Order: sequence, then structure tokens, then C-alpha cells
Amino acid sequence: MKKMKVVFVVLFAFMFILSSCAGETQMPADEDGQAEVDNTGTNEDAGGQDTQEMVEITFMNYSSSGANEEVLGEMVEAFEAENQNIKVDVRTYGFDDYFQQLATSIAGGTTPDVFELNIENFRAYANKSVIAKIEGVDTTNIHPTTLEAFAIDGVQYGLPTKFSNVVMIYNKDLFDQAGVDYPTNDWTWEEELEAAKKIRALGENYFGVYRPIQTWEFYKTVVQNGGSMMNPDQSEFTINSPENVEALEMMIDRINEYNVTPNADQMGGMGDWDLFKSGRLGMLVTGIWAFSDFTENADFAWDIVVEPGIKEKATHFFSDAIVVSESTEKKEAAIKFATFISGSAEAAAIRLEANWDLPVALTDEVTNAYLAITPPENKQAVIDSLDYLVMAPSLENFNAIADTLNDYLEQAVMGILTPQEALDQAQEEISGQY
Amino acid sequence: MKLLLIRNKKWIVLFLIPSVIGYVVFSLIPMISTVYLGFSSWDVISGKPEIVGMSNYLKIFSTKEFYQVLGNTLKYIIIYIPLMLLTSMLIASLFNTDVKAVSFFRVLLFIPVLTSWVAGAMIWRTVLSSQYGLVNNFLKLLGITGPGWLTDPKWAIVSIALVSVWKDIGFFSLIIFGGLRNINHSIIEASKVDGANRLNVFRYITFPMVTPTLFFVLVTAIINSFQLFPQVMVMTQGGPLGSTQVMVERIYTYGFKYYQMGYAAALALLLFIIIMVITLIQMKLQKKWVYYE
Repeated sequence: MKKMKVVFVVLFAFMFILSSCAGETQMPADEDGQAEVDNTGTNEDAGGQDTQEMVEITFMNYSSSGANEEVLGEMVEAFEAENQNIKVDVRTYGFDDYFQQLATSIAGGTTPDVFELNIENFRAYANKSVIAKIEGVDTTNIHPTTLEAFAIDGVQYGLPTKFSNVVMIYNKDLFDQAGVDYPTNDWTWEEELEAAKKIRALGENYFGVYRPIQTWEFYKTVVQNGGSMMNPDQSEFTINSPENVEALEMMIDRINEYNVTPNADQMGGMGDWDLFKSGRLGMLVTGIWAFSDFTENADFAWDIVVEPGIKEKATHFFSDAIVVSESTEKKEAAIKFATFISGSAEAAAIRLEANWDLPVALTDEVTNAYLAITPPENKQAVIDSLDYLVMAPSLENFNAIADTLNDYLEQAVMGILTPQEALDQAQEEISGQY
Repeated sequence: MKLLLIRNKKWIVLFLIPSVIGYVVFSLIPMISTVYLGFSSWDVISGKPEIVGMSNYLKIFSTKEFYQVLGNTLKYIIIYIPLMLLTSMLIASLFNTDVKAVSFFRVLLFIPVLTSWVAGAMIWRTVLSSQYGLVNNFLKLLGITGPGWLTDPKWAIVSIALVSVWKDIGFFSLIIFGGLRNINHSIIEASKVDGANRLNVFRYITFPMVTPTLFFVLVTAIINSFQLFPQVMVMTQGGPLGSTQVMVERIYTYGFKYYQMGYAAALALLLFIIIMVITLIQMKLQKKWVYYE
């Protein structure tokens, strides 16, 4: 008896160790149990009695993480209802962890059949032949700019699912308190500065406007001043052009000279959204994915407007797409799923209802339905912003370049380098290395 | 020894096998691959690593960043180690007294050790906030303007060291306390009879007899210092201005954010060598100050 117990304990220990080193043991993020929990991931014949073979595909994503996991679940349900022989195993990660997880999965030979990519990371994956060409799909409904963002030399490598952009969100109550007129689409940085000063004057803890100073904001703001981070065909960096330097100076002046934008100490570790939600910030330049959070958590009146420009207007354009793994054996099912989430009317409707960014299937019907969901009242600004869009440079080493540029921007903000010096050095280092 | 009879050996081996397998699969094999990867270039998502010889190492030594990172780690060690040793020794001596409810304090001080670093770091990030954090507001009451603990490049690594002391003090003081308890009381009694005062007792008896434990604490703490990671990732992410970039943070960033796993592996092997050399030096110096009976 004693021997049996010992053997049992040892076997149990074995199993424990072996189970923890198996590959696919993650629970799907979908809480309502609609997606399958499957530990081996790639079984072709999961169903027994059907005449068609059951196919199971794994889908990895980040954009639903946090507020929209249920919405994605609804879309998956709708897809599975139309495609009875396909089951989708959804895995959701927070954006910060997603790319590490994805890279690790690919390195470990367990690339998901379909997964999500954004514009910044798309080129790296496409260049390394990790993702498959997508052909034979009807893309007439899809917004052309988003399609282009995920095509290389005319070949489509990803199907965009949604896009989002950045607008200026403002606190109407603070504007009323300071006696300032609400921003309009005609505003430039000048009018913005005047309004920001008046709101700042409301008190020590009130601030007029906030824009982060980092690579993403930089590459767009310089365009507002007629500059650009790279030359038109993206073959060279133009980081320290005079227009860029001027734009950076203007951004920094708002912190250091006018202090209408809080510096790092004044932010005190608080995020910009939190600052806005606390009712102490007049204007915030941020993404439209903030709408659901602000709708739920801001206890003051707010609305949006197209970002003010300097010499011209320029706004961000972000898009996420679903790509298909080159090495998957279930390409057909995978492409069907990608097509559904990207271009189908059902998916667009679900997305609209949940106020989860903008569907790429931007028909008039969809646009009108989008505008009807408020707050914010001035949703038209989101659509108008599309007229001035600037996309992220599509570079393989975008992460490293962004970090390097950020270092120099930080030094400029802290006054260690002048904006000219910072951008000169950034230009030198980045052109030299990449 | 009776326990090592042939018939017992079977069971000994059987029980050891799970641990050995775990070690081989999760530690040994990854270590060997890291050595291999250090000589290659691999972007993780595409196919196979390609051998590039010493170029990763040459690149590492030619960047300013590497020396800055070592400098940051050194700054951390200079603040963390002495402070941690002194306070742990002090608290261990306090634990060694017969005050009522001393075990309650032992538990209290151990709680930070049990807290997850992520949770602890998030709380400290708020507490150390320069405008709204508890620390600076408390200092304001005393008329002192506190610095930007996590936003000033000169202070960031200092803050991380201080927070690390908070986290580890319960652990190390408990270990030193164990060492203190092992001191034979009759020697101390005898010395008191001979007229030794408290300071002499500590200097000539307690301290020498606890040096083996202190040695263990020192070696472990220094190894851990070189492996500094969660505090940095949660509180400052290597900033501001790279003042809290340390080896493991760089390994993670290069490997998983920049997709340069070969470079990261080279950094990892370098870190291993550095830690090994320092530990060996410490082992050699043992003879000079550690007293073994």
C-alpha cells in the first residue's frame, strides 16, 4: 500500500510538470463560454456526426481587450451561426503584452491561424513571410485607405476590421466656467492656446490642454506644421527639418513656457485620460476609443472637434487588420473569418452598436448609424478628421525607432537639449542605424 | 548511512526525477540555447536564427548604452546593499530581543516580501508621485519640497533602490535573525562575566558569529541586484531618460520589443558572466572576514 502511494505521488508530480510545459493551455478570453476551450488547438475532426468536417481556428487579438471582449464574442457567435462547421477559439491579450505573446507563439511553432496586426507592426510580419496573401475576397465595401494600409505592392496581406483616429475632446463645463467659446473646426493652435490659458487660470490644479510628447504624436504634429518624419517615399528620415523643429518647440512651449500643459511632475503619475476624467483638463487630444470610457465615467458635459492644425490640419489614422498565418492548414476557414469580421454588414452593425471604433465597411448606412450614437454630439468630427489623415511610418523596426526618438524628445522636454539639438541628434542616430 | 542502501536508492532517484526533468527542460536547455542564440541573429517571428559570430558582443561593447546600464546597476547596488544590510541587521537584532509581540512585527515586516512585485510597484508609483503622492505631501508638512522620485533622472534609481529595501527587508532580517539565534548564549554570558559591555559583545562575539549568514545574504542580494527587473518595468519602464535601464530590462526590451533575440541572448550571457565573476570574487574574499568555527 505504501509503495502504491509513493508511485502515485511521483506520477502526479510528473503530470503536473508535463502539463505546465504543454503549448496550448490558455483559456479563451471570451467569458460567456461561446468559444471552445481546446488544449491541443489544431484538431481537424472535432465533431463526429456532421457531414462536414468541423474546423477549429485560433484567433488572437488585442483590440477587444478591456472594454470590448463581449462585443467580439457577439461577432464570433454571428460568424459561427453562419458557418456551422467552423469554431473560433478566441484569445485576447492586452495591447502591451500582445506582440510579445504573438512573437513567442510564432517562435514556438503555435502561430494562431488568424490574428490581429496594426499598421505599425504589419510590415515587419509581412516582410518575414509570416502572413499569407488574401485573394479572392470581395473588398468593395471596405474603405480604400484602410485596404491600402495592409497591402504591399498591390497584394492584400490583411483585411482591415476597423479604424480609429484622434480628435480633440473638450470639457464643456470648464469652457463655460472660464467663459470661453467652444472649439470649432476652424481653430488653429493659436485659438487653442488662448482658450488653454484662460482655463489654466481657473486654478493651480486646472490645465488647458494635453498632448503627449512622444513619437506617435510627433510624427503627426509636424505634418500640421508642414513638416514630416520621413520623405514621401519613406526612403529617408527627415526628423530635423526646420518645420519639425518649430513644431516641437511649440509643443514644448505649452509645457514649459505657458504651462497650459502639465509637466511630468504636475501629472504626478496620473494618466492623461484620468486627468481629463477628473474634470481638471480643458482639452485632450486622444483617440476615439476613449468615447466609451468617457461616456461611462466622465461626470461633466464633453464634446469633440477636429484637432486644430498649425499651418494645416493633420490627424492620426490607426487601423487594425486581421491577417492569416502563412503556415496554417485552415486557410479557407481563416479567410472566411477575417472577411466576416472585416466586411460583413452584421459585424459592422455589432461594432456600431457597441461604439467600438469605426467599421471599415463605411457605407452611407453605416456612417449614419455611427453618427446617431451619442455622446459625443459632434461625431461628425470623426468623419471629417479622415480628410486630413496621416499614417504611421510603415517600418520594420518601428518600435526601436520610436523608442530612440522618444529618448530625444524627452531630453528636449526636460530642457537638457534644445529642440534643434534633440532632433539633429535623433536624425543622426536613427538614419545611421536603420 | 543507512538511508543510502540500494533498495532506498530507487526511491531517491524516482523522487528526484521530476525535479531534474523540470530543471533540464526549464533551466538547462534554455541556458544552452541562450549561449547559442548569443552568437546568432534572430527576430523571433521568422524561421531560424542565423549565426553571426561575435558581432552581437562587439555591438554591445561599442554602445554607450551598455556602460550606462552597468552604471545604473552599480548605482542601485551602492544604495541598496549597504542600506539593506544595515537595516536587516538592526531589525534582526530587535527580533532577537524578548519583547512581547515581537513575532507580530516579524509577520508584519514579512508581508511586503509576500506581496507581488507588480502590486507593490503600482502602489509605490502612486505614493511616490511628486505632486500628489503621500511621500511628498508628508515632506511638505515638514517644509521640505520632495524631488520627483520617479520623474527625476537623478532620483529614479534611488527610489527603486529604496522601494526594494522595503520589499526585501523582511526576508533578509529573518535570515539574519536565524543566524543570531544560533549563537551560543553561554559564550555571551561568559563574556559579560568578564566585563564586556553591549557594544563589545556585539563587535567581538555576535558580529563574527553571524558573518556566515551575512555572507549568504550579501551574495544573494548582490546576485538579485544584477537581476533587477519587475520594479523597473512597473514603476519607470527604464526611464526617465534611461536612468533606470538595467540588464534584465534591456534583455526583455531587445528580445521582445525590438525582435532582436540574438542581441538579447548575448546580453543575457554577459550578465551571467558578470554575476559569476563577482560571486567568485566574493567567495575568495570570504576568508578575510567570514568567521567559521
